[in-house]
Amino acid sequence: MKITLTLNGLSREVDLPPLVRLLDALRGPLGLPGTKEGCGEGECGSCTVLLDGEPVNACLVSIGQCEGRAVTTVEGLSAPHLGPLARCFVDHGGAQCGICTPGMLISAEALLARRPDPSDEEIREAIAGNLCRCTGYQRIVDSIREAARERREAGGAA
Amino acid sequence: MTDTRKPSELRGLVGSRTRTLLAPRVTGQVRYTDDIHLPRMLWGRIVRSPHPHARIVRIDATRALAKPGVIAVITGKDMPERFGIIPWTPDEYPLALERARFIGDAVAAVAATDERIAHEAAELVDVEYEVLPAATDLQTAIDKPEVGLGKGGKDNVSKEVDLAFGDVDAALAESDVVITGDYYYEGSAHVPIETHCAIANLDKNGLLTVWSTTQVPHYLHRELSRVLRVSPTRIRVIQPPVGGAFGGKSEPFSLEFCAAKLAMITGRPVKFLYTREEEFYAHRGRHPMQIHMKVGAKRDGKLTSVDARTFIDGGAYSSFGLVTTYYSGQLLTLPAFADTYRFRSTRLFTNKPPCGPKRGHGSVQPRFAFEVSLDKISRALGIDPIELRRKNLVPPNTTTLNGLRVTSNGIEQCLDAVEKASGWKERFGKLPKGRGLGVATSAYISGTNYAIYPNAMPQSAVQLKVDRSGVVTVFSGQSEIGQGCDLMLAVLVADELGLDLGSVRVVSGDTDLTPVDLGAYSSRGTFMNGNACLMAAREIKSKLVAAVAEKLDVDPRSVLVTRGALVVVHDPSRGVPVTEAIQLAEAKFGTLGAVGHYNTPKLGGDYRGGTIGASPAYSFTAHVAEVSVDARSGIVRVEKIWVAHDCGKALCPVIVEGQMEGSAYMGAAEALLEEHVIGPDGLHKGPNLLDYRIPTSLDVPDLHALIVESEDQEGPLGAKESGEGPLHPSIPAIANAIFDAASVRIDRLPFSPARVLAALRKKQADEQAAAVESSLGGFAPRRGAAPPNPPAAE
Repeated sequence: MKITLTLNGLSREVDLPPLVRLLDALRGPLGLPGTKEGCGEGECGSCTVLLDGEPVNACLVSIGQCEGRAVTTVEGLSAPHLGPLARCFVDHGGAQCGICTPGMLISAEALLARRPDPSDEEIREAIAGNLCRCTGYQRIVDSIREAARERREAGGAA
Repeated sequence: MTDTRKPSELRGLVGSRTRTLLAPRVTGQVRYTDDIHLPRMLWGRIVRSPHPHARIVRIDATRALAKPGVIAVITGKDMPERFGIIPWTPDEYPLALERARFIGDAVAAVAATDERIAHEAAELVDVEYEVLPAATDLQTAIDKPEVGLGKGGKDNVSKEVDLAFGDVDAALAESDVVITGDYYYEGSAHVPIETHCAIANLDKNGLLTVWSTTQVPHYLHRELSRVLRVSPTRIRVIQPPVGGAFGGKSEPFSLEFCAAKLAMITGRPVKFLYTREEEFYAHRGRHPMQIHMKVGAKRDGKLTSVDARTFIDGGAYSSFGLVTTYYSGQLLTLPAFADTYRFRSTRLFTNKPPCGPKRGHGSVQPRFAFEVSLDKISRALGIDPIELRRKNLVPPNTTTLNGLRVTSNGIEQCLDAVEKASGWKERFGKLPKGRGLGVATSAYISGTNYAIYPNAMPQSAVQLKVDRSGVVTVFSGQSEIGQGCDLMLAVLVADELGLDLGSVRVVSGDTDLTPVDLGAYSSRGTFMNGNACLMAAREIKSKLVAAVAEKLDVDPRSVLVTRGALVVVHDPSRGVPVTEAIQLAEAKFGTLGAVGHYNTPKLGGDYRGGTIGASPAYSFTAHVAEVSVDARSGIVRVEKIWVAHDCGKALCPVIVEGQMEGSAYMGAAEALLEEHVIGPDGLHKGPNLLDYRIPTSLDVPDLHALIVESEDQEGPLGAKESGEGPLHPSIPAIANAIFDAASVRIDRLPFSPARVLAALRKKQADEQAAAVESSLGGFAPRRGAAPPNPPAAE
């Protein structure tokens, strides 16, 4: 089945059975392995992507559901340069092994799009679906808070 | 020149917050093992035993092989060679040969054209079993030796260690207080977000390449060669960046052997990726331990003796168990010490997923028992728990009772730091009911002189390649698993040679490209590989200095490396940029490169097992935890953890703090949430991330990392480990804080609401009974209060 979607701002067409997981479509035929699989059961959040701006687990969404919709992956956040959010993760130690980071960045992006000045509690709530086993989350919260501040000072530009 | 700073401070890289090498990790550009796809690649799937203990009677792959897309099926007979990470206890087959020893034990493997077909085909492999009696808990393993899981089938014993230092019985008899307790430390899993993955490919030149999520590529290289009976010259192991390991990937696993064997049989690349469920069964997590411990002290708080009897639930195989059994006692002589010490530990096999090393290998469990014992002593004697520890600290530059050589030691500063930051003096024992503070300390190895297989070669080595463009590449066999060890090497090299971090590349974890390093375990990376790296960098530096001295016509001793340039000490206006210095040196000496290596000095006590726990340096940690205990629900919430850690020298503070916080978080998770429970039927209670609860961002305390720098004399620029030590005090600090908050002792992990509630209710009932008795005239014996003169011994 031919499916057309907007992927990281570009129109793409794939020919796949409609029940193929979005995660597998992204990592395979669509050539975007930045989205990670940690459990395949919707628990870890490593495969979080934006579907029409809302964070979803790509392991629980089928490619057929993406017809005519917009998908953003981690590769879409920092092209071609390191965005402020990603840079803050580097500077403030928000990433250690990095396997949860793509999903974490996507959840943070979704938060900052609707809340430019989030409280720490709002940040923790926004990433509660993304499990990290390295950091203890403190530095991820710090990174997102700092990115929010930088964005506000830059006038809201990504 | 009047600048009195050390050269490393002058160059300004050590201690800076730069972390530029990590950009690929925040853009989705890092290629982990599972991100590798090769043309014609097959998918593998392991067939696993549904019985905790069974004899394999027959395996019939006919139905599986008949399925379209299935290319090959292998069984234990295809690789009839035992392996094991410890050379003295090889007791695993890549696929079980005669007996399956736990639910999940690998018995066969299939290769198929895609992942779905492989999974379906695995269900079609018919295995006939003869079910055998099983031991799925410690007590059964003790009571039923006839299950026969140990060597020779006589009993279920995996390893026994019995060590005594000094006259423990006499010291206990002379003590003013002896605290006796029974502690149970529940098992837990590593739960890296990246599950195990391996890919193997045999090329037309006969070279077998194995990509693996391992944290020990060198040992994997050796074991692949041995088990597959292929010369190591025909094998290349590549360890791509690893998505979390925590000790759970520090030995070979079935999937690496199966991928390699199936690649050799089919001539096509083969990939295995463990599901989350398989990850829980592959396990090698923290050992459950049942600890009976006595700690004695004099009235002034001086510790007299520690006496521990420990049973360790090892699961189905040896893994690192020999070492684990020693670690269940060896590190308790630091940072506080008693005059005498004895521990006897028995590791038993059970028909459960095998246990192994998890962050703080074998020493986190006894630490819990010991630090809680200290808290009980402080209460019994009326001495502040921080003061009690201060009275018993091992000083720097000494040797412990069990022969551990201690050099730098910042434990006093760690205690000072958490005492101050937590407001301990003003707040301990004075918080409202339901809120409390607790303290605990620990020490941990920073590298090890135990090489796993005996040999006289270096344990860590690097090569440096210096390019005339000004780029220096470090080739290191160590394993980057997210802990930041590549960056540590880059900082050391950049600092030594005056380069920017962006001019240093690190190539690691590839047995064809890099010299041998033994792997990411025992917190050895920064200390051991760092020292190897410095040795090589210093050789290059001496060449740069000589070439610059010649060019400027000055004495080489007057040439100083600063950031970006080599300058004349007494006239810093005269200098040469580093890149030019490299070119001058290449012209003078020829192609620039250097090797460096590191071995520990001879260490350890002169007794069997005396090298286990012997480390070239020790890190030290103190925690204060603040908890709230809800008396109605039994829910414990850890509000804050202050973690002070002596890392020697923070080469990159943001990474050191990240390791400290990540450790403290992982400890708090074991204290409150995590239970790797196997039922009597041998089944895991919930091998998924919904049932096995690891903390989310909403479940963790505020973490406050306080770096302490003792500048170790043998560490690279003074550095020691920070990846494992800071975990240890989390659990006892929380336990002790619960007592401060609610006056109940929970000596069994995890501190779950039901367990806390039961303890609260028991305490309430005891108090009511005591009140009734005292209202009857006060002559009844008191219960629930410490006797004024505690018995000296049992």
